[in-house]
Amino acid sequence: MTMEASAFPGWEPKILAFCCQYCAYSAADMAGSMRLEYPTEVEIVLIPCTGRFDVILALRAFEKGADGVFAAGCLEGNCHFLDGNIRARKRVNFLKAELKSVGYEPERIEMFNLSASQGPRFAEIARDFTQNIVGLGPSPAKKL
Amino acid sequence: MTKELKTKSHLEKVLSLGHFAVTGELGPPRHAKASDVEDKVSHLLGNVDSVNITDNQTAVVRMSSLSASVLAQRKGLEANMQMVCRDRNRIAMQSDILGAAALGINNLLILSGDHQSFGDHPQAKNVYDLDSINLIRTLKNMRDEGRLMSGQELPEDGRPRLFIGAAYNPFADPEDYRVIRAAKKVKAGADFMQSQCIYDMDRFRNFMSRAVDMGLTEKTYFLAGVTPLKSLGMAKYMKNNVPGITMPDFYIERLKGVPKDKQAEEGIKIACEQIEEFKEMKGISGVHLMLVEWEHMVPVIVKAAKLIPRPNV
Amino acid sequence: MIIAERKPIDEIKTFVKGKEKILLVACRGCVTVCNAGGTKEAGILASLLRLDAAKEGVPLKVDELTLERQCDPEYIFELSPSMGEKYDAILSMACSIGPQFIASAYPNEKVYPVLNTCFLGGALAHGVWAERCQACGNCIIHKFGGLCPISRCSKSLLNGPCGGSAGGKCEVSKEIDCVWQLIVEKVTSDGTMDEFLSLELVKDWRTSRDGGPRKIAREELLK
Repeated sequence: MTMEASAFPGWEPKILAFCCQYCAYSAADMAGSMRLEYPTEVEIVLIPCTGRFDVILALRAFEKGADGVFAAGCLEGNCHFLDGNIRARKRVNFLKAELKSVGYEPERIEMFNLSASQGPRFAEIARDFTQNIVGLGPSPAKKL
Repeated sequence: MTKELKTKSHLEKVLSLGHFAVTGELGPPRHAKASDVEDKVSHLLGNVDSVNITDNQTAVVRMSSLSASVLAQRKGLEANMQMVCRDRNRIAMQSDILGAAALGINNLLILSGDHQSFGDHPQAKNVYDLDSINLIRTLKNMRDEGRLMSGQELPEDGRPRLFIGAAYNPFADPEDYRVIRAAKKVKAGADFMQSQCIYDMDRFRNFMSRAVDMGLTEKTYFLAGVTPLKSLGMAKYMKNNVPGITMPDFYIERLKGVPKDKQAEEGIKIACEQIEEFKEMKGISGVHLMLVEWEHMVPVIVKAAKLIPRPNV
Repeated sequence: MIIAERKPIDEIKTFVKGKEKILLVACRGCVTVCNAGGTKEAGILASLLRLDAAKEGVPLKVDELTLERQCDPEYIFELSPSMGEKYDAILSMACSIGPQFIASAYPNEKVYPVLNTCFLGGALAHGVWAERCQACGNCIIHKFGGLCPISRCSKSLLNGPCGGSAGGKCEVSKEIDCVWQLIVEKVTSDGTMDEFLSLELVKDWRTSRDGGPRKIAREELLK
């Protein structure tokens, strides 16, 4: 699916989704098999738990041209490794502040929580997040 | 309690003759105008035996306590010059002690001092080379042994003959330790001690009975600190915001019970009731009236509390 | 250990301004343990600086290197091979000893401190560090129930607590425990109060910074 025409002709957002194998990754799978539409710009990276989601991974993604990054983990209280998703949220909040400090919109990084059975929710997250990134435009690294 | 006089202090004389002493408090101005000090002195003269001159209280820059003390004494009011440990090292402290004595100061009151983070120069570096107990002992050694901390001898007629004051706070924590800390100050050489503002009379009575039992009041004159409540707002502020002050709810309730324009009057009434109790309380030798920036009320309160006329000794 | 934290990014940006090629030197010592200046933190900072440069449209090459320590010349000299790269600036991520040693070893280089060196302390929990020592040069904690009044009392009182101690907290901030409350509790529970009260301590500050910059030289270790 292509997003509606943006204010930046020729630009298509690049979005990276770090998905926990126990929930978001399965949900994305389900969204696919249910033939639910979500933006093709969202590239999924499988991680064993959002506890593995690292600040550096996200920063490198931005350096390499990502316009938005999100981590998607289990519902709070349901982490397979107890608190990987809680830690991930803290890292995301840390990253928001760090990105802001160098002039990047904090909304380019988000954390979501969902369960493996929420295929439609995954599609919705992917659509909404992409929509927000389209609203923000290309990453400041690429604007010039 | 009769003692051989250690100094020329008027306050010491009043206390040693067994009079119920009254001391006041004066905050020097935040500028160099001497008349400000003199105006405040005019409210206190004849109403107190001597007046504490604060040393950059709450860590706000003010005219130095030594200068304001000299100004007060020129107007005929004896000063209890305060000295805090925050701003001077042992060199400056001893030097200022010698200078104060040379300028005719008779009473020196030693305090730790409010941390500079409370004041108008929170960026300042603090000193705290000596703490208050160390400084009390230092002064006592200078006066009685004729020695500086270094061991340097002072000639007999060049010793600082100062009546040594200290503070005690029964309302700070840990509660049980407060009387022990007061005992340390007595042991270090405090001749008189003034308390933090007293509102929690139960806790104060308890403290004093322990101080009396330990024999502290035999060695040192204990004065009770009184600050009349100006308003309900002030009472609430003190309850919630001033570390080391406890405010019983019944005073707050009592002030709530009177109209706003009568609260100051009620506050004075409360203070007078306290003073009446202090007059009878074992181990208490006087009161210390802290009416900072409310000095003009001192004549009112000493009259209401029947503390005047002051003894002419 | 030495506890440090990264300077605000805006200040670091002023170090980098106008430079095209910089070297970030991380340290594997204290600042790795307190998550301020290790390999990982260097990676994060390098990335942020590159993102910032990309946003501004200015060229910036950021290299990263981690030394075992930056408080020993033998490790500092591991930088020598990199010096051929002609960096416009070297940013040390060690405590302030690191940038000083680098600047002294390579006098022609522009060296900047990335961290603010804060205090000597330890971790109370993961992510929380607190001051425990002021390096006064004459340890007396055994006289205070194992607690340090010099570093932990806001006024470094040897005869505390002052009149500002309330509810176990310091007058300076409710975030600060009154160490004198803790000392009194400790000597009370130990039953050593009498011994404690007999102490008459006056601090001799000569062993502290007040005696001038300090140095220790041990003959048996010198070559």
